[in-house]
Amino acid sequence: MAAHPELLTTERPTVAVERLVRGYGPKGVLNGVTLDIAPGEFVVLLGRSGCGKSTLLRALAGLDAEVSGTGRIRVPERVSVVFQDSRLLPWATVLDNVVLGLGVDDPRAKGVRALGEVGLDGREHAWPYELSGGEQQRVALARSLVRDPQLLLADEPFGALDALTRIRMHGLLRELYDRHHPAVLLVTHDVDEAITLADRVIVLDHGRIALERRIDLPEGSGRGRNPSDPGFAAIRTELLAALGVTNEAAPDSHDQPSPERTPS
Amino acid sequence: MTTLIDIARPRQSSTPATAPVALAVDERPLAKRLGPGRRRQGAAALGPVVLLVAWVVGSASGVLDPRTLSAPWTVVTTAAELVGDGRLQSNLAVSAQRAGLGLLLGILLGAALALVSGLSRVGESLVDGPVQIKRAIPALALLPLLILWLGIGEPMKVVTITLGVFVPIYIQTHAGLRSIESKYVELAQTVGLSRAAFVRRVILPGALPGFLLGLRFAVTAAWLSLVVVEQINSTSGIGYMMELARTYGQTDIIVVGLVLYGLLGLLSDGAVRLLQRRALSWQRTLNS
Repeated sequence: MAAHPELLTTERPTVAVERLVRGYGPKGVLNGVTLDIAPGEFVVLLGRSGCGKSTLLRALAGLDAEVSGTGRIRVPERVSVVFQDSRLLPWATVLDNVVLGLGVDDPRAKGVRALGEVGLDGREHAWPYELSGGEQQRVALARSLVRDPQLLLADEPFGALDALTRIRMHGLLRELYDRHHPAVLLVTHDVDEAITLADRVIVLDHGRIALERRIDLPEGSGRGRNPSDPGFAAIRTELLAALGVTNEAAPDSHDQPSPERTPS
Repeated sequence: MTTLIDIARPRQSSTPATAPVALAVDERPLAKRLGPGRRRQGAAALGPVVLLVAWVVGSASGVLDPRTLSAPWTVVTTAAELVGDGRLQSNLAVSAQRAGLGLLLGILLGAALALVSGLSRVGESLVDGPVQIKRAIPALALLPLLILWLGIGEPMKVVTITLGVFVPIYIQTHAGLRSIESKYVELAQTVGLSRAAFVRRVILPGALPGFLLGLRFAVTAAWLSLVVVEQINSTSGIGYMMELARTYGQTDIIVVGLVLYGLLGLLSDGAVRLLQRRALSWQRTLNS
């Protein structure tokens, strides 16, 4: 668990989900999920496509008004969401996107600082289309962090980026997380991404929590964890097994995205 | 030695050598083959110039009878005379005022209705049907009724133009507004935008491309309606001037009027296109 032990002594978790059921038809997408996230805890939600991980995240973001279901959810007041697409308004400049709906004194100064934090100084007045995919996603990160979120929800935020950009974004997200320390719930289907970033990994399968795994690997020079660590490989095997991928069987290309490799 | 020779020789010299051929092959653009290519200054004027040249040649060679279509130079001298005695300016001013007022009212009406219909389902059920019905009725067909209601004065003319203008504004703005992707609505929800801020920051800029497209149709519609109303029971305006000329068989004045209508249409469309490019610089399209 990360660097702020004093935050963990709070009695109330930042997020509390109890027996959450969600479904679009007779077949449930979430079948009774119970989950707490402590203040400042980095939780990664892992699962194959259709396991309900996005449904859970959207429920926490309050974006599932049209989905039927039961259960209880408690989320903090300030929640930010990062989507898989950067979701920048194409008709607003980068800075206007960052400060969209921001109700503080001098939002623009705050927005400029946030853009500096994600390494986009001087791009305040660019249009979104002038930025690369990675840069657009950094703007989206700045937009979420400028609101001082108590909870950051991220739905496969790096899923559309190339592998090299993704690695750089992991480092950036880790850095920003260490500085601002919100509780994080990040959804992904990339096992390595989960192990690199998380304090705790939750594997979701058929709308239920199939595995919870605390990640207690050492941090490699403050930039996430080192995949060559032997502990890393062991956790990967464990998580892949929970996802239905074993060492012996090759990953099923229909269900399983490509980034995972079975450890040698 | 070699350097000196290289400098002295112009790079794209026509001297027969093997090098220029190789260069030409190398410089062939590799990308952008499917797009329309780079925008060239003044290229839009090519088509009109060709037409003008055909007119000049036709008149000079006698292929065009002056009673059918006056020669360009006759039209120019007639226009100069009309400007000289002030008839052109006064009629143009009246016409421009009619078209401008009708256009303005039509834009306001069309945009307001599009917002009402685009932002609420109740508004859509109330507004969209009647507008679609209006759209099916040609502006000309409404004229008898409008004349009965409003007489033959200015109000009838302005209202006719307004009715022609608001439909394209409504249709395109409404379509633009409804095509705003729902993911931006989700975003607005997650950053906690108020209803007013949502309209201002998401709805209005998102509907702007549609509105500007509608504006191009609307400007054309305004001139079209103007022509119609000015040739019926009118005592001023370019259309009246042409109608009068018809009575006396003055082809040249009719052509002056036509050229004027054409110029006005071309200029106003150019103005709207300029506005489009300025206001939509955030779009990366084939047009930029």
